[in-house]
Amino acid sequence: MSTQLTKDGAAQGSSAAPALLELRELHVFYGAIEALKGVELSVAEGEVVALLGANGAGKSTTLKTASGMLKPRSGEVLLRGERVDGIPSHELVRFGIGHVPEGRRVFARMSVVENLQMGAYRLRRPDPADMDRVFTLFPRLAERRKQLAGTLSGGEQQMLAIGRALMGKPELLLLDEPSMGLAPLIVQQIFDILREINEQGTTLLLVEQNASQALQLADRGYVLETGAVVMSDDASELLTHPRVRAAYLGEAAE
Amino acid sequence: MSLQDFWDVFVLGVVLGSLYAVIAIGYTLVYGVLQLLNFAHSEVFMSGGFGGLIVLTVVVPAADPSGIQSAGYVLLGMLAGAALGGGVAYGLERVAYRPLRRRGAPRLVFLITAIGASFFIYNLAGKIFGRNASRMPSMYENKTLFTLFGAPINVTQALVVVSAVLMLILVDFVVNRTKLGSGIRAVAQDPEVASLMGVNIDKVVSRTFVLGGLMGGVAGFLYGTTTQVWYTMGFLPGITAFAAAVLGGIGNVRGAMLGGMVLGVVEAMTVEIWGDAWRYVGAFAVLVAVLMFRPTGILGERVARTA
Repeated sequence: MSTQLTKDGAAQGSSAAPALLELRELHVFYGAIEALKGVELSVAEGEVVALLGANGAGKSTTLKTASGMLKPRSGEVLLRGERVDGIPSHELVRFGIGHVPEGRRVFARMSVVENLQMGAYRLRRPDPADMDRVFTLFPRLAERRKQLAGTLSGGEQQMLAIGRALMGKPELLLLDEPSMGLAPLIVQQIFDILREINEQGTTLLLVEQNASQALQLADRGYVLETGAVVMSDDASELLTHPRVRAAYLGEAAE
Repeated sequence: MSLQDFWDVFVLGVVLGSLYAVIAIGYTLVYGVLQLLNFAHSEVFMSGGFGGLIVLTVVVPAADPSGIQSAGYVLLGMLAGAALGGGVAYGLERVAYRPLRRRGAPRLVFLITAIGASFFIYNLAGKIFGRNASRMPSMYENKTLFTLFGAPINVTQALVVVSAVLMLILVDFVVNRTKLGSGIRAVAQDPEVASLMGVNIDKVVSRTFVLGGLMGGVAGFLYGTTTQVWYTMGFLPGITAFAAAVLGGIGNVRGAMLGGMVLGVVEAMTVEIWGDAWRYVGAFAVLVAVLMFRPTGILGERVARTA
């Protein structure tokens, strides 16, 4: 099953500096069920990396382990070469990790502005320019700044979830299914903005069902199957790879 | 009931209701962050009564105090009540609830623990302080200060209402305008995501207990001043305040305030009309009636907890 196709991800960014994020031999369990069976993955500074796979392959688990929401039973999570597994998520945000969770999960009973302020909770002195930046990226949020987040549309909630994560000044942004349940036009908008965020210097690790969108944005991609990485390659290679096309682009490829 | 009786009783109801409101905040805050019905909160309230009693028994002389001394005694009693109430609430969270959270215990276990902690604390208090009720030393002469719609207001009543209102304003400010408050609200809505924002859940939960405990403690002292202090004094006000929190919409701070006031006034009216034997019947009938039509309480949230 495990055909490590070409380049190992770690090899690519391997100059002197360690990768921004590196996962080594991660084994994560939910009770007795092993969700990750030795996941290896690395993200270099400035990259966009896509994580593809079917439902239950372990994509969200991988992100949750990277952001400290889950503790691996064994294996290592390294940020710039420093081991951070076992550090709880509320402390890990200080290392520059932002996590946009699956299903957006905005604070429904808080306004747009309050949600953004929550994003800056970790900062002693929030910078007003950060909120301006979010409103520039997402003008729709600026129009609705006093509105309760629970009353926003799905697309607006996704924008808010991304904006909220940006308020914490992350170097690495983990995004879990940002296109889920959104109209194609909105998905396109979100991906355009993600590209812009990346161009402004934030590294992205992206979990997506929408493989074609994700691979068009990404530099590299990994394919997860039943808790293990089965392929990793440049995004352009994956986009044309017959197996990826069959399994993940079947419906998306026209 | 004549109009004059109405105002007299209304004043009694507001005094009682403002205490219920302050206690109810403790239930609703903790419920907000942990979805836990902290039945031991009535013992936090009781501890506040004893805190004030102990300190004032030592400090207050037999002689009639002067005005400025009176103010000092009252303040000291509140501080002592707050300190013991806050301390007991803090200890309760650390010793009884945090270990359960660490192990991810089911909600029923929390509830049973809360009831057990309540029994433990009030029986401990009975063992230490005796089973008899004690009167608060007289801190001031409880004369009539002024009349409102013809109803006389004495010092104790004014003290209770004014301090309760100040506490309610303070807690409303803390919850809506401070960083701790945004932490509390975020944890109440989605603890997992709150921690992704850098909120230390343990810290927020602990401080939520302390905040509720400080206020419950002061309420215990004030209640003890209106009646007496004894080891089971927390039971009925605790249950009523819990009902007030549910009536207002549990988890909602302003709802708890409103619920407390409503139950206080209804209770006083019931006693006036049907007699003391019916004291809790009226208030709880209102509770049941309201919940039949609005199961989430008067100001309860109808927005789903998470998407």
